[in-house]
Amino acid sequence: MAINYNIPEYDVLRDPQRCIACRVCERQCANEVHSFDPDSGTMKSDESKCVNCHRCVALCPTHALKIVKNPDTFRLNAYWGQNDISEIYRQAETGGMLLSSMGNPKPYPIYWDKILINASQVTNPSIDPLREPMETRTFLGKKPGAIERNPDGSIKTDSLPPQLKLEVPILFSAMSYGSISYNAHQSLARAAQELGTYYNTGEGGLHEDFYKYGPNTIVQVASGRFGVHHDYLEAGAAIEIKIGQGAKPGIGGHLTGAKITDAVSRTRMIPKGTDAISPAPHHDIYSIEDLRQLVYSLKEATEYKKPIIVKIAAVHNVAAIASGIARSGADIIAIDGFRGGTGAAPTRIRDNVGIPIELALAAVDERLRQEQIRSNVSLIVAGGIRNSADVVKAIALGADAVYIATPALIALGCHLCRTCQIGKCNWGIATQRPDLVKRLNPDIGYKRLMNLVSAWQHEIMEMMGGMGINSIEAMRGNRLMLRGVGLNEKELEILGIKHAGE
Amino acid sequence: MKRVYVNEEWCLGCHLCEYNCAFAATGETDMAKALKGVTIHPKIQIEENNRISFAVSCRHCDDPICVKSCIAGAISKTDGVVHVDKSKCVGCYTCILVCPYGAVMPAPDGHAIQKCELCTDNACGEPACVKGCPNGAIVFEER
Repeated sequence: MAINYNIPEYDVLRDPQRCIACRVCERQCANEVHSFDPDSGTMKSDESKCVNCHRCVALCPTHALKIVKNPDTFRLNAYWGQNDISEIYRQAETGGMLLSSMGNPKPYPIYWDKILINASQVTNPSIDPLREPMETRTFLGKKPGAIERNPDGSIKTDSLPPQLKLEVPILFSAMSYGSISYNAHQSLARAAQELGTYYNTGEGGLHEDFYKYGPNTIVQVASGRFGVHHDYLEAGAAIEIKIGQGAKPGIGGHLTGAKITDAVSRTRMIPKGTDAISPAPHHDIYSIEDLRQLVYSLKEATEYKKPIIVKIAAVHNVAAIASGIARSGADIIAIDGFRGGTGAAPTRIRDNVGIPIELALAAVDERLRQEQIRSNVSLIVAGGIRNSADVVKAIALGADAVYIATPALIALGCHLCRTCQIGKCNWGIATQRPDLVKRLNPDIGYKRLMNLVSAWQHEIMEMMGGMGINSIEAMRGNRLMLRGVGLNEKELEILGIKHAGE
Repeated sequence: MKRVYVNEEWCLGCHLCEYNCAFAATGETDMAKALKGVTIHPKIQIEENNRISFAVSCRHCDDPICVKSCIAGAISKTDGVVHVDKSKCVGCYTCILVCPYGAVMPAPDGHAIQKCELCTDNACGEPACVKGCPNGAIVFEER
């Protein structure tokens, strides 16, 4: 056997005083870390297989388990980190591209944490959301440029372009059936329906069981066109053209044949067991004019009743691209930042391509305002929203709403072990193995999602009230409500905010 | 009458219900102390084969055949719960033979039988298997 140059990343610590050898850890670990030794009557572990998903820790009834960073190290080096060395060993062994999942975990600046929110004191009263009305409802879609009136003087309402009505400015971001499980999709769909918001099918089509959630569904059309047909387009409340994804801008997708089960194959309309490959570009889109053709093809197919979203990754010249999209006839632009998650992406792409969503959002909003086309489109931002404060900051920077996906998966049990690509998700989320999928009970899942979003809604209302603002509309683009800390002149200029103390 | 119902669709076969059941019966407060090195004799048991698994415990039948079969009059049904009086049980195991669900079993001491009594026979308050099920596969409800 060849030498294994690498060391296990994590160590499994088992407290022998507490372990009762109930073997729950063994039964719950799809990576087969734990095993029972009948001779000694004790549990053993092979930490080299551990991905630190914490399933065993969470289910151990006596709290006998701990997963810790393996203290074993290569010789410490301020330049050659453990990960750098370890990845070279892996590539030298396999000759393959490194794959990763979920969002960029590298220590790039987090602008959300360098932005502070204002509050009212003395002269401008704050509002108590428990006692006074506080509006979190918002509408996404193209807004008319001027008020038109009927001959009798009343305001015309029938010419309003199609809108998405959100009770809370939070939508569940695109995650395809295939990359996540049936039960995860069902949890998202049911939660979206209960919350009065939307979830997004991702590029994998819509399972026949979920057509009933259509009024709360955004259906996606991506470069692979998986599962796209007339009924699918008709089923959704809006259609999203996916150009790019924050976790892997510039490249397509690859769902391995192992995940193309019977149901996934039917939903995606591709043969069972074949790899589902999304090309990097849409082969019919090489210009804004081409994009306009697809936007209008989809509008035509759905009789101009549904808003069209165009989703792009936040890249260097995102403002100019967004300006083009706003002129393409799209109703909503979704921008996905570099912290956005994925079910699988080349590690180098995930960790090095794209820009922070905070900067992209501020740049796009500013550019669209300068060009006086901001009301042509609504802006949804995605990729790295972690909590309700991030939502408030995003809206104050100019977003109409936010997409969340990683927080939704975390609510469903995801522990960000970032190994979705191997398809053995112990939490029943990023897997198609029936024995693992059943671990996510949607009856529990959708309630957890509802709890999360309701909690954020309450927090958003508290923060808005503190600022003396009682509606999302009044907070949108209200950058005076934000101040930067520890940011340089250029960063403040791009974000369009003042420094704290100014 | 609330009873324990099992939903096979969500059973993970993790066997936590068995351990929670056995722990509840000990009356201890620390599971590690109560069950370390102990062979457990839970009143709810997982039946599994390949990828199918589900928990089995007493159904508290409307017309319990175990009650009829008991030669010592040790099994009775009160307030919807089929109860065994261990001081009367002679350990003939007739009830074990007749129970169509396999939900009655010998008690660890071998002198009597044991069965699920919905945790009315311990200090747990509500069925421990239900409280500890990580996936909502065992529920305690009115149907």
